[in-house]
Amino acid sequence: MAEDLVNSFMTGPDENGRFGIFGGRFVSETLMPLILDLEAEYEKAKTDASFWAEMDDLWKHYVGRPSPLYFAPRLTEHLGGAKVYMKRDELNHTGAHKINNVLGQILLARRMGKERIIAETGAGQHGVATATVCAKFGLKCVVYMGAHDVERQAPNVFRMRLLGAEVVPVTSGRGTLKDAMNDALRDWVTNVRDTFYCIGTVAGPHPYPAMVRDFQSIIGKEVRWQLAEQEGEGRLPDTVIAAIGGGSNAMGLFYPFLDDPSVNIIGVEAGGKGVDDRMQHCASLTGGRPGVLHGNRTYLLQDDDGQILEGFSISAGLDYPGIGPEHSWLHDTGRAQYVSITDDEALAAFQLCCQLEGIIPALEPSHALAHVTKIAPGLPKDHIIVMNMCGRGDKDIFTVARHLGFDMGG
Amino acid sequence: MTRIDAKFAALKAEGRKAFVSYIMAGDPDFDSSLQLMKGLPAAGVDVIELGLPFTDPMADGPTIQLAGQRALEAGQTLDRTLAMARSFREGDDTTPIVMMGYYNPIYSRGVDRFLAEAKEAGIDGLIIVDLPPEEDTELCIPAQKAGLNFIRLATPTTDDRRLPKVLQNTSGFVYYVSITGITGAANAEAGDVGPEVARIKAQTDLPVIVGFGIKTPEAAEAIASVADGAVVGSAIVKLVEEGRPVPEILDFVAGLAAGAHRA
Repeated sequence: MAEDLVNSFMTGPDENGRFGIFGGRFVSETLMPLILDLEAEYEKAKTDASFWAEMDDLWKHYVGRPSPLYFAPRLTEHLGGAKVYMKRDELNHTGAHKINNVLGQILLARRMGKERIIAETGAGQHGVATATVCAKFGLKCVVYMGAHDVERQAPNVFRMRLLGAEVVPVTSGRGTLKDAMNDALRDWVTNVRDTFYCIGTVAGPHPYPAMVRDFQSIIGKEVRWQLAEQEGEGRLPDTVIAAIGGGSNAMGLFYPFLDDPSVNIIGVEAGGKGVDDRMQHCASLTGGRPGVLHGNRTYLLQDDDGQILEGFSISAGLDYPGIGPEHSWLHDTGRAQYVSITDDEALAAFQLCCQLEGIIPALEPSHALAHVTKIAPGLPKDHIIVMNMCGRGDKDIFTVARHLGFDMGG
Repeated sequence: MTRIDAKFAALKAEGRKAFVSYIMAGDPDFDSSLQLMKGLPAAGVDVIELGLPFTDPMADGPTIQLAGQRALEAGQTLDRTLAMARSFREGDDTTPIVMMGYYNPIYSRGVDRFLAEAKEAGIDGLIIVDLPPEEDTELCIPAQKAGLNFIRLATPTTDDRRLPKVLQNTSGFVYYVSITGITGAANAEAGDVGPEVARIKAQTDLPVIVGFGIKTPEAAEAIASVADGAVVGSAIVKLVEEGRPVPEILDFVAGLAAGAHRA
C-alpha cells in the first residue's frame, strides 16, 4: 500500500524522467537547458505552499472546482448492473479538464519570467484553456493546430481568437495533433529564451509527463473524498475509467488510486474504424510498439522502419499516434488495463448519454462511456464505476450531426 | 582512428577549413541522390552528412521536412540509406560519411544491429538530434564502442556550466548550431558565432564546425573563417526541391566549398 514505497506505483518518474523504460528527455540540445530550468522551477513550486494556495484559489474561484461527482441514475438503471458515477470535469470553466493543468503551467511560466506562451491543440480544448488563462494574466499566446482540426473544430478556433490568441494552422503531415506538436516544438526551439511551451497532455520530455499528471490529479483526489461522502467513509470506486489520447484526464483520475489494489483501472483508447491492419485508429497501446517521439519513449503507432503513422479517430482530441509514457508503463506492469472503442461505439454512447442523463458529452469521454456500457451490465449492483466526463460536447455537435446525417446548414 | 579523425588531421596539416554538406538520402529518389552523393567529394566536400528521413523531424525547417517526405514517398528506408553508403564506398574510401537524423528509426531497428550494419556500410559517425547527453546510454556510448564517432550539437543555449557535459562523450568534431532555431531559418552571423566557437574551443581539442543558416559562398567563407569549417544543408536541398539536375546542384556545392576553403 501507499506506505510501502518499494511496491508503490506512485513514486515515478526516476531522476532521469523514466517510468521503467518509458519517458526520458529526447530533445535537441537547444531545448535541454530550458527543460532542466523548468524541472528545477517545478521542483521548487511543488513544495511551496504559496504556489498551491494560488492554485487552490484559482481552481475554486476561476475554474469552479471541485467539479461534482454525479451518480447517473437512469444510465445505471438502463445498463442494469454496476452503479455509474460521472466526474463532471466538463463543468469546469472552458468546458474540459484541460484548464486544471494550464493554470499550473502558466503560474510556473510567470515565476520563470516568460511572457510568451505557446501550445499545441487537437480538439481545441487545450488551446482554448491556454488562450483563456493567457488572457486572464495578459500573456501573449500562440496556438498550433493541425489544419484538418482547424476545419473540424471551427467553434474552438473562433473562441481562441476571441480570447486574443493567434491560431496557427499546421499543414505539415496530415494536419492533426502530432503535426501541431512538431510545429510547437519548432517554435520553441526558435524562441527558447522568452517562450514557455504549455504542453496539454502527460507526454513530452521530462518533467512534463509528471508535472501535467500532478496538476490533473486534482480529479482523482476529489473523487476519493466525494465518493466517501456519498457512499460512506472509506468507500473507494471498484473501477475507474477514462478516455485516452495523450492521457492527461486519465492520469489525473488514475494516479491517486494506483496504490489501491482493489481499484480496477481502465483506459480507453480511440479505436477509430477498428484496431486492425488498416491502422485507422489511435490505439497506441493495443496497436503500437515502443518508440521515441516528441521527447519521450512510449508506445507509438509506427511502421516496420520506425516511421510514425498518422492516427485516425472521429475525435480530434484522441487523434494522436502516441500516449503518455506513464500509461505505457502502467500497461506493461499490468497495473492498468487498456481497451479500445470504435467511432461508432462512441457515437452510440454519446447519444445515450444525451437521452438518459441530459448531458451532452464530448466525443473523447464518449469513448470511456461506451466502455462503461459494455461492462456495467455484467457487474453486480454494488460495484461502483467512476468515469471521467472530461469534456462537454458543444464543440462536437457539428461532427456528430454530420455522422448522423443531420443537416445543420452552412 | 575513423575516417573523420583522419580527414580533420589532414585538413589541419594543410591549414584548410572543412566544408561539410548535407543531403537527404533518397531525395527525390534513390538513384539521383546517390548520383549527387558520389559527386560531392569532387565538388570540394570534405565531410558528407547523409540525412536519414523521418516522418517527424522536429528540429528541421520546411525545406528538410519536405525533403524527408519526398524520400519516404519514393520508398527510402533505413536499409536503402545504408545501401547508398555502401555504393558510395565502392568508389571512395576516404570521404567521411556522417548519418544525421532522429533516433526512432535507429531504435526501431535495434541499436546493436544498427551499429553493426552502419559500420559495415561505411558510415563513420552519427548526429542524432534528439539524443542529448542525458540520454548517452541509449546510442552515444554503444556507438563509440562500435568504433563510430558520435558528434554532438552545441547550441547558443549551451552555457559554460553545461558545456563540459556536452563535450564529454563527443568525438570526431563538435557541431555548433549557429542559431536558436530550425534548419534553413535565420542567417548565421559570423560576429555572433566567432566568440561562441572560441568559448567551445577553450574546452576541447576537437574541431568545431558551424551549421544552420549558411546559404551562400560568402557566408560559408565568413563562418569558416571563425571556426574549423562550415556546414550547408537546406540551401543545397532547396535545389533538389526545385528539381535542378545533379550537375547544376554540384556546381552550387562547388561554389560553397570554394567559399569555405578561401577562409
